[in-house]
Amino acid sequence: MNGLPAPALGYVELLPLIILFAMACVQVLVEAFAPRRVRFNLQLALGILTILAALAAAIANLVRLAPALSAYNQGTATQQGSSLNPGIKVAVGSIAVDGPGLMFTILLLVLGLFAVLVIGERKLGNGVSAFTAQAAATPGSPAEREAIAARNEHTEIFPLFTFALLGMVVFATSNDLLTLFVGLEIMSLPLYLMAGMARRRRLQSQEASLKYFLLGAMSSAIFLYGIALLYGYSGSLTLGGIADAIDANHGYQGGLHDGLLLAGMGLIAVGLLFKVSAVPFHSWTPDVYQGSPTAVTGFMAACTKVAGFAGMLRVFYVALGAQSWNWQPLLAVIAVLTMAVGAILAVTQTDVKRMLAYSAIAHAGFVLTAVTGAAQPENGMVRAGQLSSVSAIVFYLLAYGIGTLGAFAVVTMVRDDNGEVTDLAGWRGLARKSPIVASVFAIFLLSFAGIPLTGGFIGKWSVFVAAWQGGYAWLVVVAVLMSLIAAFFYLRVIVVMFFTEPDSDTRVVMPSWLTLTTVAVGCLATVILGILPGPVLNLVALAPSFIR
Amino acid sequence: MSFPLLTVLAVLPLFGAAVLLIVPKPMARQVGLVFALATLVLGVVTALLATVGGRDFSETLVWIKTFGAHWALGPVDGLALVMVLATVILVPFLLIAEWNTVDLDDKWSARIYFALVLVTESLALFAFLANDLLLFYVFFEATLIPMYFLIGGFGGKRRGYAAIKFLLFGLGGGLIMLAAVVGAGAMSARQGTLSLLYSDLRLVDFNNGFGMAIFVCFLIAFALKNPMVPFHTWLPDAAEEGTPGSSALLVGVLDKLGTFGMIRVCLELFPDASRQAGQIMVLLGLISMIWGAMAAIAQKNLMRMIAFTSVSHFGFIVIGIFSFTTVSLSGAMFYMFGHAFSTAILFLAAGFLVRRRGTAEIAAYGGVQKVAPMLAAVFLIGGLSSLALPGFSSFVAEFMVIAGSFARHPILAGISSIGVVLSAMYILGTYQKVFTGPVTDQVVNTFGADTRRDLSWRERIAVGPLIALLLFFGFFPQPLLAPIADTAATTMHQVGLADPTPTLKGNN
Repeated sequence: MNGLPAPALGYVELLPLIILFAMACVQVLVEAFAPRRVRFNLQLALGILTILAALAAAIANLVRLAPALSAYNQGTATQQGSSLNPGIKVAVGSIAVDGPGLMFTILLLVLGLFAVLVIGERKLGNGVSAFTAQAAATPGSPAEREAIAARNEHTEIFPLFTFALLGMVVFATSNDLLTLFVGLEIMSLPLYLMAGMARRRRLQSQEASLKYFLLGAMSSAIFLYGIALLYGYSGSLTLGGIADAIDANHGYQGGLHDGLLLAGMGLIAVGLLFKVSAVPFHSWTPDVYQGSPTAVTGFMAACTKVAGFAGMLRVFYVALGAQSWNWQPLLAVIAVLTMAVGAILAVTQTDVKRMLAYSAIAHAGFVLTAVTGAAQPENGMVRAGQLSSVSAIVFYLLAYGIGTLGAFAVVTMVRDDNGEVTDLAGWRGLARKSPIVASVFAIFLLSFAGIPLTGGFIGKWSVFVAAWQGGYAWLVVVAVLMSLIAAFFYLRVIVVMFFTEPDSDTRVVMPSWLTLTTVAVGCLATVILGILPGPVLNLVALAPSFIR
Repeated sequence: MSFPLLTVLAVLPLFGAAVLLIVPKPMARQVGLVFALATLVLGVVTALLATVGGRDFSETLVWIKTFGAHWALGPVDGLALVMVLATVILVPFLLIAEWNTVDLDDKWSARIYFALVLVTESLALFAFLANDLLLFYVFFEATLIPMYFLIGGFGGKRRGYAAIKFLLFGLGGGLIMLAAVVGAGAMSARQGTLSLLYSDLRLVDFNNGFGMAIFVCFLIAFALKNPMVPFHTWLPDAAEEGTPGSSALLVGVLDKLGTFGMIRVCLELFPDASRQAGQIMVLLGLISMIWGAMAAIAQKNLMRMIAFTSVSHFGFIVIGIFSFTTVSLSGAMFYMFGHAFSTAILFLAAGFLVRRRGTAEIAAYGGVQKVAPMLAAVFLIGGLSSLALPGFSSFVAEFMVIAGSFARHPILAGISSIGVVLSAMYILGTYQKVFTGPVTDQVVNTFGADTRRDLSWRERIAVGPLIALLLFFGFFPQPLLAPIADTAATTMHQVGLADPTPTLKGNN
């Protein structure tokens, strides 16, 4: 009875995070001590192994939780007197290891695995990576020329990558607002750096990095202020604690506390919407996606979005679930704006990476329809076992993420003497130069457009059904119209690739197995998820809702 | 579970398309044709076994459990039967007709053309056989992609524009339909178990505001596909720019998905809403029919003219569908069968003309009958079938539609017979301008002074059997009409309307 009781940390449940963190530290040490000759390959191997190990640990956690999840879904757990979702909170309640948390973890790690493969590509750049030879050297300076001549490489990209991934997993599984903020920062800071490390067009890359940093820091500050206000309202930082406080104040309208709650909710939403690049917090996306090294853009577009939505869902559904009538209209408006701005502005783009950036914005809007619908078993909008909003979003992000990684990987392969060609004019007649690459890219685009028999279609279907079941049928109709506009610009790229004559010296360069793996897996997954999505859907349906 | 014959039937052309990509280039066309013919044989055998043999080939497997979607094909009822037959019969002859026209350059070679046609055939067969709403939707939408490449890859000068217009209209309709399918699924989930099987959806009560909205979405999607006025503007462009074979495939098979969907989805799943919309739809069909016919008369381009005749005919089919009599519904279904072939003959004959003369402008012709009598005869036969001359299957169908709809809407049916007159104007008028009169110099320059450049044997093989088929079913419609009438009666039962009994005013 002396002293404080030792907190139960739950090492086994935390294992994916521990592996990522420990290995990121090891990678820093490798950076310091390993000889330069072996460093790149060693870092790449460590990066891949880290993700595989963390993935194994996360899958083991899911397997352990699976019986409880399926019992909950079949309603048998309720009969035993427990309506609570399966899962546990570890590390003194700051990390939630529940079904959706594990799903998002696994999703992040899988996407991260293919992202790191593209980052490790060196064959496309004639034996050097796509990252700057010396980040500290001014672009165009003698120091930079020396570093290039010496074939220097910044292998720091790998520890930064692992830290970013760690931050994303923390963000997706945190159960209190402070941990959420810590996760946000661990994820963002490495990304700011990685965005500025392009080997070619360095000024553009540095501009992207600075923009991303300034706006990101701003949104973090707003997010933190929101946390402070919610703490002021509820006296708690845990998501469950905030939900309890809202329940306790139920029926109490119009007082000071409601102001705190609404303001806090709004400010937190700003931070979260910034990360998923929803309108009106999207303006950084095109510049950053265009300026960053393409491999990093793919990673950001896929994984940051997954982490952002994971955090957003947890905050809104767990902490603010009882306040849904206050945030659903807000998110509905933002969803419409995001789809409209993303789709309409994408039509005018002439740069492939910018076009994909606006497409990423539009996709955030489509996901937001399901977030808005909030068709969850806990609020009775769907029955347990059916596809809830959370499950639908996990599937959508899988189909979107794997396609995005593949699409950006294809972009790295389309080159001329000055590196990657991202101007759409340079893609004219690509199908004649390389029918296979053009067809693969077309498959990704068709999936983004939501054409049946691709993963994108099943994803769209899932989120639209969730939105409709949540009572937002009109939002589905709007989303469908926006899909048509979005389809137009994807098709434009197909027209450019297939139906125009080539008139530039753009060529498709054969990459190493690293990039090829990502492209091939992305393409296969897109088709398989479109034709036989059953197994994956059953898997994501296992985890319909968060623990509170 | 028994042998999945329907899946095999629909997959066969798809498999053929895959094989085409790996066989040596000189053999590609032959291999493609073999697969098309094999599909034809299998399709006819299936049809015979299903109707004469009375075999039930239905397959039902759970496809996506969480969506309530099934891999469900069949049963092959009258409606599915005519559309499957039309598809499998049409495709090999289109390939024969396009044998030499597409081997122009290396990129869009004949191999790709044949493969795309086979893919389209496969997807269309799946859509016609589907017994699950999501499965139907998926294939309905997926047909757009190969067709898009067929138009965009092989057509005329403005093919890029025509292809994207076709695709955007198609996607527009498809996405509206997606919202409708999502809604139908959500309503089914709310009222019981989530299932998108037609048989389960028929039990769902859609008789409320939401159900009506969903019905309207479906209707718009199908009207875009048909196409009906005012959603038709993509069709003339697509038909003008596409090769004659792809235009025939587009109008003959893919556009039928619209009228097919109206029966299968609108009538059978939304009987209450259909009844309410019936009168309006008949009116819209009438507008479509007359508008299309007038526009066809005014066209200066052969391909556009034929496209507009189809707009007119689809309007006629819509009248038949929404008149809610067994006779008119049967007529509409039978019309869908005959129309596929008469339009195909017209497109192919026009294609033969264009290939010789190098333009589709009607004014560029004159007196062709003297230098190409066989070609003139084929065009005339296709045209006469299109204007429903007795002896052709379309006459039987047109008569049934008018007779059936007269019982319910005597005035509108009366007006609709104007369409028959108008169709004589555009067909015979065009025939007169192109084929009769003095032989113009340009025609002599391109056709030669004698009949050497009349139809080749290959071209005769491409259209001959289609003509024979039209005549056969014009005189002996019964083999097809029997299963069609069964289906029409079942559908009428689902709509919940009995045939109006004929009465004489003031006499009872």
